[in-house]
Amino acid sequence: MIRHATWIKEVMSLQADRVVDCVGLYCPMPIVKTSQEIGELAEGEVLEVVADDKGIVSDMPAWCAKTGHEFLGLEERDGEYHVFVRKRGG
Amino acid sequence: MSDREEVATIVVFSGELDRALAAFNIATAAASMGMEVTMFFTFWGLNVIRKERGSGGGKTFLQRMLGLLNRGGAARLPLSRLHMLGGGKAAMKVLMREFRMPSLGEMISLAGELGVRFIACTTSMALMGLTEEDFIPEVDEFAGAATYVEKASRSAINLFI
Repeated sequence: MIRHATWIKEVMSLQADRVVDCVGLYCPMPIVKTSQEIGELAEGEVLEVVADDKGIVSDMPAWCAKTGHEFLGLEERDGEYHVFVRKRGG
Repeated sequence: MSDREEVATIVVFSGELDRALAAFNIATAAASMGMEVTMFFTFWGLNVIRKERGSGGGKTFLQRMLGLLNRGGAARLPLSRLHMLGGGKAAMKVLMREFRMPSLGEMISLAGELGVRFIACTTSMALMGLTEEDFIPEVDEFAGAATYVEKASRSAINLFI
């Protein structure tokens, strides 16, 4: 959770190229939607996933570790998690 | 690491809604993480991927009796616990809708779209008097245990649900 605090600073300045709204959706839908949306991005672009299922805090870094996309960080605003992922380069 | 496509296999033995949902949750998550996913449906698990209006004909008297008692289809599956003659299941369906969780039917379609492979066990089909026409179109293979064992032997994840 110490790392969580440093991520917050980093992601504050991030501008996403695409946003996917997963508010109200539960596992596995946020990561399923993420994997579908990331396909629409160009390499190096940033996807912002907004979700309120707390599972995403652990699931998105896990998804990134497995798929090779870069987990940039997340921040919580009013019970919603804003997660930032950079599409991996070729 | 991420460039190597890993294999996940799930044996779906149970024909119960809650277990089937768990199987499809994991299958769709694994497919979303770049894994090649195969679900092997056997015994009661065949009910999960049966058409609701499948013939369920069967050749023998006992198969026809079984067909009457064991009607398949994703929307017909009971809960493994607290089914309560359908009351528990009805409550579960209301709750799932309230929390915007996809139904089992929607999870099956989603799995198909994500490239999850569905294999129906031919031995169980023969036992229950089911034919290929009794299954939903997502089923892409009818095969036996060797097909499953070959995939399972090189799987990073292998579950029996």
